[in-house]
Amino acid sequence: MIKEHSKMQTKGRGRLRAMTWSVLFIVISAMVLPTASYLISSDTAFAQVSNDENQRANFWRAVRQGAVGYSAVSGVESGVFINNGGQNWRQMRNGIIATYGGWSVIGAPISILVFYLIRGKIRVGAKKSGLTVPRWQTWERIMHWYTAVLFVILAITGLSLLFGRVVLIPVLGAKGFSLWASLSINTHNVVGPFFSIGVFAMLLFWIKNNIPNATDIKWLTSGGGIIGNTHSSAGKANGGEKIWYWIVILVGLLAVCGTGLALIGWVAQWGIGDSTRATMQYMYQIHAIAAIIWIIVFFGHVYIGTIGTEGVLQGMITGRVSTEWAKQHHDLWYEDVKDQAEQVQSNLPSGTETHNLTN
Amino acid sequence: MARMKFLCDAERCIECNGCVTACKNEHEVPWGVNRRRVITLGDGEIGEKSISVACMHCTDAPCAAVCPVDCFYTTDEGIVLHDKDLCIGCGYCFYACPFGAPQYPQQDAFGVRGKMDKCTFCAGGPVADNSPEETEKYGRNRIAEGKLPLCAEMCSTKALIAGDGDMVSDIYRERILKRGGRPQTWGWETAYNKTS
Repeated sequence: MIKEHSKMQTKGRGRLRAMTWSVLFIVISAMVLPTASYLISSDTAFAQVSNDENQRANFWRAVRQGAVGYSAVSGVESGVFINNGGQNWRQMRNGIIATYGGWSVIGAPISILVFYLIRGKIRVGAKKSGLTVPRWQTWERIMHWYTAVLFVILAITGLSLLFGRVVLIPVLGAKGFSLWASLSINTHNVVGPFFSIGVFAMLLFWIKNNIPNATDIKWLTSGGGIIGNTHSSAGKANGGEKIWYWIVILVGLLAVCGTGLALIGWVAQWGIGDSTRATMQYMYQIHAIAAIIWIIVFFGHVYIGTIGTEGVLQGMITGRVSTEWAKQHHDLWYEDVKDQAEQVQSNLPSGTETHNLTN
Repeated sequence: MARMKFLCDAERCIECNGCVTACKNEHEVPWGVNRRRVITLGDGEIGEKSISVACMHCTDAPCAAVCPVDCFYTTDEGIVLHDKDLCIGCGYCFYACPFGAPQYPQQDAFGVRGKMDKCTFCAGGPVADNSPEETEKYGRNRIAEGKLPLCAEMCSTKALIAGDGDMVSDIYRERILKRGGRPQTWGWETAYNKTS
């Protein structure tokens, strides 16, 4: 009995071994055998034959890949058979940019409103002395408001061109919106270069205020007074203002103004790049995405500059801020200008928000 | 209902530019604007191939999809037309079009291009058929007169065929059967692939 049992066991083990090896053989063969075709394809004769056989296919393949031929008709890229980037551009513009961009532009002010309801206005803590210090020179304020007004014009006209078909045609009708869109595109194209000059002036004249330093990191890590109630040290520009400045320069000047000037054909006229459809498609995408980012951050800037923080707007309107405000928000800078503190009567009509200045 | 299509037979096109001339003359298209053009690959070499290209009147037209003022419409016969009174000359349809069909009469310092112009399949525009206004803005409306596009009518080698898609296909199929070789319905995959 015992002997027979062990015999059966060895027999079973033998079968198991045979089965394992067979399965292994099949699996390895299945993987290795198909690769044998590489041995054949590496043969040069094979490659030559395929070229001879498929001359016409090669021709159409070249056309599909954007080959340029000769055309007696002169015009922009008249020798190009197929504009391959068109469908990608369409899907980017109508899909990703319009969808995510649209909801972001709607979502940003709503989030800011929610934030305002939770956080409330950041007020000047100290008691009012009536003393003010100069913060923005006249030319700085002119530069700021010139750029700001043009920004708003460009944002409204630009958003109209991207979202008008969905949002404004149901309101204005096809004819009415066409008139508005025509006005929008012409305004956008003419105002754009003048706006770019304003942003470029900011790059030149405000860069000295906005070089990042160690104070900014401390300012940012402590929440900058926006979150929480601590007020970290800051020079003339705090960490947040410097971030906004560099967004204006990098996203705004480079990605929006630069591509905008390319889209109206100026950059190509200066001898940089070209005005082919591929270039325009890329420029359009960068322009639209960066502009939407800029608009969203702009909402934040407007919030902090108006209802978000007491006393900021007065600085950019009258040029002077209260010493208490300066001490609270820009203590390091206040040390530089405190000897210029004076009792200054505001030029603003009384009753508005002048208490911010004089209190 | 017919579904109008263009087909250019690259084995027949000899780059005579007759279609371009016919179109320009029929529609009095302004200087610098060409609704149709012939492109030759390998020009002057043995085996050169030519194709006559204009608006292919796509099923899912990219121009119509990207137009910010929604000025495009497709007729019952599948012809893609546009309303020049709505067009703002932004150029988006030209960026999106696979065939380079949209044309603009001007290009000034601030990127203003003027109203877009393109092949209408000789079907005019949204205004009254063959009214002076239609002729001036969109050219002759031959479809309203029961005629087919003049470029194809005048093609000396009958390389360019225009008309109902099924009939165009039948003519082309017959040619392929006679001369052998695989069909090369240039542009059809791009223009009519979606639903046809």
